[in-house]
Amino acid sequence: MAVGKITFTKTEREKLAEVLWLLNWISVVTGAILFGLGLFLKIEIQKWQEVMSEQGILYVPHMLITTGLAACGINYVGSKICLDCADTNKFLRWKLVMMPYIVCTFFFTACVLAGALMCYSIRSQLEEALYLGLRNTMRFYKDTDTPGRCYLKKTLDLLQIQFQCCGNTDYRDWFQIQWISSRYLDMTNSAVVDRVRSNVEGKYLMDSVPFSCCSTLSSRPCIQHNLSNPGAHAHYDEQSQQLNLWRRGCQQALLDHYTGTMQSIGLTVLLIWLFELLVLTGVRYLQTAMENVIRLGDPDSESEGWILENSLAETACYNFSIIKTLGKCYQVDDDPNINVPTAAADQEAPSAQVQVNVTS
Amino acid sequence: MALLKMKFSQQRRVRLAQGLWLLSWLAVMCGALIFCLGVYLKIELLRRDEVMENTEIHVVPNLLMMVGLASIGANWVASRVCQDSLDASRFPRWRILLLGWYAVAVLLCCLLLAVVVLSYALQGRLEESLKVGLRNGIRFYKDTDVPGRCFQKETIDRLQMEFRCCGNNNFKDWFEVQWVSNRYLDFTSQEVKDRIRSNVDGRYLLDGVPFSCCNPASPRPCLQNQLTDSRAHYNYEYQSEELNLYSRGCRQALTDYYMGLMNSTGPGVLSVILIQMAVVMRYLQTAVEGAMALESPEGESEGYILEKDVKATYADVKAKALDLLKFAQVDPASEAAGAEEGEKADKATEKVATTAA
Repeated sequence: MAVGKITFTKTEREKLAEVLWLLNWISVVTGAILFGLGLFLKIEIQKWQEVMSEQGILYVPHMLITTGLAACGINYVGSKICLDCADTNKFLRWKLVMMPYIVCTFFFTACVLAGALMCYSIRSQLEEALYLGLRNTMRFYKDTDTPGRCYLKKTLDLLQIQFQCCGNTDYRDWFQIQWISSRYLDMTNSAVVDRVRSNVEGKYLMDSVPFSCCSTLSSRPCIQHNLSNPGAHAHYDEQSQQLNLWRRGCQQALLDHYTGTMQSIGLTVLLIWLFELLVLTGVRYLQTAMENVIRLGDPDSESEGWILENSLAETACYNFSIIKTLGKCYQVDDDPNINVPTAAADQEAPSAQVQVNVTS
Repeated sequence: MALLKMKFSQQRRVRLAQGLWLLSWLAVMCGALIFCLGVYLKIELLRRDEVMENTEIHVVPNLLMMVGLASIGANWVASRVCQDSLDASRFPRWRILLLGWYAVAVLLCCLLLAVVVLSYALQGRLEESLKVGLRNGIRFYKDTDVPGRCFQKETIDRLQMEFRCCGNNNFKDWFEVQWVSNRYLDFTSQEVKDRIRSNVDGRYLLDGVPFSCCNPASPRPCLQNQLTDSRAHYNYEYQSEELNLYSRGCRQALTDYYMGLMNSTGPGVLSVILIQMAVVMRYLQTAVEGAMALESPEGESEGYILEKDVKATYADVKAKALDLLKFAQVDPASEAAGAEEGEKADKATEKVATTAA
């Protein structure tokens, strides 16, 4: 009771082979597209990798790149196979390779699906990575003289300008860190000394933000200092306050940017996966149809093709038993000639001592 | 004595036609590229329309687009000619067009050269236009409540951040303009009143710049106010501070950007290809015509650029041109001969009349 049985005439088999040849070539192109998408995602992530705390999310583009390359290779081989499959003589060349090829393609298609699902599931990990990364970057904003951190200020300023965001979750995150380096603070000034002393850890905290938080949409020149005290500025009403700085946090901005990119990439990869599944099904039908033709002996006759020879349950049982017997190969087996104590052994006559009379 | 005569066997004629066909398709691609370059340049100029006072510079992208389209058409015709050149029945209909094609190719080369020359010549006009446009932009920066000027602030801010520039010539341009609107000034403050009084026109001028002039690459947080006063900030020296703000002026930045776009090598490459094509096309035309005139069309024929040498061709062309001009005039020699004949005829009729009478 086969799964998905279809009968193929000779012309249908030839047509199937031709169509599959074309589909395999298209799959090579989609494999290249997959590779390109992976590369694009890798570059996008590496652009802002300094504000992300660990690079765990790089496994998504790496997965896409490897499956893209694998797709190109596997489908190229597949196109060669399908071209030969139209003819029974040429098919015999590939007969032994077909089954491993189909198993490989099945696993590779599963990898493509895994890649697509990874694109959708990365969000929570990314959120965490961005939160920690941005917090560290803001902390090291002032350390432009420390090797290894000297470009963090420029990176964060450009990030805030490009993504139109300020701080981690809010602009008030800047109030909690010292973002002006001590080498630009006049320690002889009593106001500065007071502020530093009033803080538990001796940090110089202000209610101001860097210039990159300023919004270009504001109708008044940017107000960066004394932000907690709106009365300190002339005519600084509610509406001016809304437009003055960027309201969005950079964590949210980057998360939206990457989630959007990965969702579109994930959708494309899903479509590619569906296409690969179609090709895999077609190749399986072609394989079984050709094998049946050879079994029947007459190359011009009709033959049947299927996805699975028996029903799903029977195939599963069969495969499990194969795996079980594979495990048993080093255990004692049923060979009757090994290590069975025979009854005849007990009755074995002891070797008689042969007396040799030495006649002198 | 033909100019640069070469012999062409049938094989070589075929190769010549194939080579020219490939070259003409290459020229079509180049023409398409020139068209795209023109479109891109036009879009970039239109994007910064608000800081330019006039649109004289738009003649460069307009010309590029026209030349691109024309060269696509002309080179497509050339490829058709090549395809038909080896077929004796189809080639004759192109013969008449070829003279026109040469003229078009020469015209396109001249236009491309004109584009290159114009892009250098108009640099001064572009700078003038940007100077006036930016000056107005900086002046109206504060007028975010005046209809028609309310987006100047956003435009100038975005421009300064994108092109990494500050002011017209440099950041000091902001010191000469009141860029903080009166409605955000606290007129009860003594400091504000003093500053306004100290200015002749009653403007609130400060030695400060907007936030968009700040350079993110600076190691210290941006200093925007009291820039000329070295004592106002700790560890700050006005004369030697280079990284705090963008040092380039926006006029220079925009001019460099547009000059870079216009001076790309596209027009040069296309004109070289067109000239090569014209020469090869002439060889192909003469070789094929020579072959058609032979008894055995598969045999050798000669190809040349000009049938006679330069002097003789020039004399020929001059004579033809004069002929064309002369055909409307009356020829005095033939008139005299005609008058004599007329007199003879009169005499003959008189004689007849007298004999009759």
